[in-house]
Amino acid sequence: MRAKVIAAALATALAFSMAACAEDTSTPSSDASAGAGGSGTIKSGLKVAFLPKQVNNPYFDTSDNKGGKVAVEEFKGVYSETGPSETSPSAQVSYINTLSQQGTNVIAVSANDKDAICGALNEARQAGAKVVTYDSDTKPECRDLFINQATSEGIAKVQIKLISDAIGSDGGEIAILSATANATNQNAWIEMMKTELAKPEYSKLKLVDTVYGDDDDQKSFQEAQGLLAKHPNLKGIISPTTVGIAAAGRYLSGSSYKGKVQLTGLGTPNQMKAYVKDGTVKAFALWNPADLGYLAAYAGAALASGIIKGKEGDKFTAGKLGEFTVGKDSTVLLGDPYTFKADNIDQFNF
Amino acid sequence: MNILRKLGSWDVVVLVALALVVIVGEATIKGVGTPVFWRFVTLEVIPIAIIALPLTLIVITGEIDLSVASVMGLTCSVMGSLWAHGVTSLPLLIALCLLLGAVLGAFNGLFVTVFGLPSLAVTIGTLALYRGLAYVVLGDKAVSNYPVSWTSNAISPIPGLTIPWFVIIVGVLAVLFAVVLHATPIGRGLYAMGNNAEAARFAGVAVARTKFWLFVATGAMSSLAGVFWTFRFASARADNANGLELAVVAAVLLGGVSIFGGRGGLLGVIGAVVLLSTLRNALQLASVPPNTLTIVTGTLLIASVVGPNVVGMARERLRRRRPA
Repeated sequence: MRAKVIAAALATALAFSMAACAEDTSTPSSDASAGAGGSGTIKSGLKVAFLPKQVNNPYFDTSDNKGGKVAVEEFKGVYSETGPSETSPSAQVSYINTLSQQGTNVIAVSANDKDAICGALNEARQAGAKVVTYDSDTKPECRDLFINQATSEGIAKVQIKLISDAIGSDGGEIAILSATANATNQNAWIEMMKTELAKPEYSKLKLVDTVYGDDDDQKSFQEAQGLLAKHPNLKGIISPTTVGIAAAGRYLSGSSYKGKVQLTGLGTPNQMKAYVKDGTVKAFALWNPADLGYLAAYAGAALASGIIKGKEGDKFTAGKLGEFTVGKDSTVLLGDPYTFKADNIDQFNF
Repeated sequence: MNILRKLGSWDVVVLVALALVVIVGEATIKGVGTPVFWRFVTLEVIPIAIIALPLTLIVITGEIDLSVASVMGLTCSVMGSLWAHGVTSLPLLIALCLLLGAVLGAFNGLFVTVFGLPSLAVTIGTLALYRGLAYVVLGDKAVSNYPVSWTSNAISPIPGLTIPWFVIIVGVLAVLFAVVLHATPIGRGLYAMGNNAEAARFAGVAVARTKFWLFVATGAMSSLAGVFWTFRFASARADNANGLELAVVAAVLLGGVSIFGGRGGLLGVIGAVVLLSTLRNALQLASVPPNTLTIVTGTLLIASVVGPNVVGMARERLRRRRPA
C-alpha cells in the first residue's frame, strides 16, 4: 500500500513537473495601430517576432517589450515575443519552427547555443524570414545580421576598469560569476577580460576562479556565497550577467562582506539601485537593452524591406537612434557600454 | 464493455484524442497538419519515442528508469569528446555510444536486480551521476564541428515526403518491441512480474534476469536517442536533453501504462508521444500564451495519470462492497 502511495505521489509529481517544463509560447501582443511613422521605405505590416533566450527575464523584457515593440509600432509592423521559459537551445528550435510556419518576416533571436539553433534558423530563412541575432550570436552563416550590444573588448575593458577602481591600488584576488558555461557572449568577454588583466596596470589583480550561476537567481546566489567561502582573500567579484550581479549584490549586501568585497559587472539599474545606494556596489556597466531591441527591430525591417542586404558597408536608419553602418561579419554595433553609478542611476528605469 | 476493455480501451481513448487534436487543429489553426508541421512534430517525437519503447516495458514490470536523459547527455558528451580526439568513423562512434549506453543501463540493472534496491532510488541517483559525468567529460565546451553530411543526413526527409527518414528506424524498433511485449512468452512474463513478482517467480519467470536486460536495453536505446539528438542539433553539450526524462515518463503514463506495473501497451504509448507533441506544436502555432499552455498540458497529464487510478480505486471499492 505504502509503495502504491509513493508511486501515485511520484506520478503526480511528474505530471506537475512535466507541466512546468512544457515549452510555452508568449502572447504576441500584436499592435500595429500606433506609430510615429517617418520610417521612410520600411514596408508596413511586417511581422516581427522576438525570440529571447528566455521569457520572463527582465533584461529581455526590456529589450523586446520596451525596445523592439516600440520600433515595430513606429514602422507599423506586427510585433510578437515568444520563447522558452528556460534557457534551452532545443526549446528555442521548437519556437523557431513555429515562427517559420507562421510566415514571420523578421525573427530577432538571442541564441542559447551558437550551433544548435542553426539548422532551424536556416530552414526559417529558406521559408522567407530574415534572421537578426541580438545579444548573443549564432554562427555567422545562420543569420543575416548580428546586432552587437558592444564589442567584447569594450565590455571587458570597462568591467576590469570598474573592479580595479573599486578595489583600489592595492589590488588582490578577484573572481568571475558568469551565466551558463556555454553562454556565447559571456565566454567571449571572459577571454577578453583575461587579456585585459595581463596588462601592466592590472598586475596586482589576480583572477582566481570562474563559477557559473546558470542565469538562475538562487544558483547564482549560492555560487557567490561559495566563492567567498572558498577564497577568504577575495577582494572583488565581476558578474557579466544581470541575473548574476543582482544575486551576488543581494548576498553581499546582507553579509559581513558588504563594502569589503567589491562587486561590479553588467546589471540593470532597477535591479541594482538598492545595492548602489547601500554601498555594496560602487559602479556597474551595461548598454541600454531597450536600444538594443529597438535597433534589432529596425535592422530586421530594413532587411525585410530590401533596404539593406546585410553586407559590410550597408547603411540604414534606425528611428531615433540615427544611422548605422553594417560592419565586418554582418555585424551592427550599438555603441560603447554605459557606466551606472550613484549619481546617475536614478535617471534610468529598466 | 468487456470486449472494449480487452481491446485496450485506453489505447483507443489516446488515439481518438490524437485524431481530435489533429482534426480540430487543422480546422481552426493555420499551419496545423501541413507537411512542414508533421516534419517538426516527428523531429520532436523521434528521441522521445526511442526511449519510451523500452521504458514502457520497464514500467510494465513495475520498475522505472529516470536516468534516461542523463544517459543521453553522457552519450552526447562522450561522442563529442571522441570526435574531438580524432575518432572520425561514424559506425565506430555509434557502436561505441550504444555500448556505453548498454553499460550505463547495466549499472542501473545491477543495483536493481542483484542488490535488490528500488529502481526509483537507483535511477534518481544515476540521473545525477551520469549528468555529472557528462560535465566531467565535456565540461563547459560544446563540440559542434561534425561534418554537415552527418548532421543534415540525420534529419533529411524520406524522398518525396517531409518526414525525416529516421522515423523508419523508430518504426522498425516499435514493431520489434511490440512483438516482444504482446506476442511472446517474454512479454507475458513482463505483465506477470508487474502484477505479482513473487507469483511470476514461482511460475518460472526469470524476474531478475529479464529486468536486468530491460535496463541494458533502455540504456542502449537512450544512447541511440542521444546520438540522434547530437546530430539533430549539431551540438554535443553536457546539458543535452536535460529534463527529457519527464517528457518520456509522462508519455508512457499518458499512454496508459500503470505506474504500479502490470498494465498498458505500446500502441497507447506511441499514440501518447505523438499526441503530446502534436498538441504542444498546435497550441504554439495558435500563439497560446505560456501560462495557458502550461495549464492545458498539466491538466491533461494529471487527468490521464490520476484519472484511471481513481476509476480503478472506485471500481475496487464497489466490488468489495457488493459481496459484503
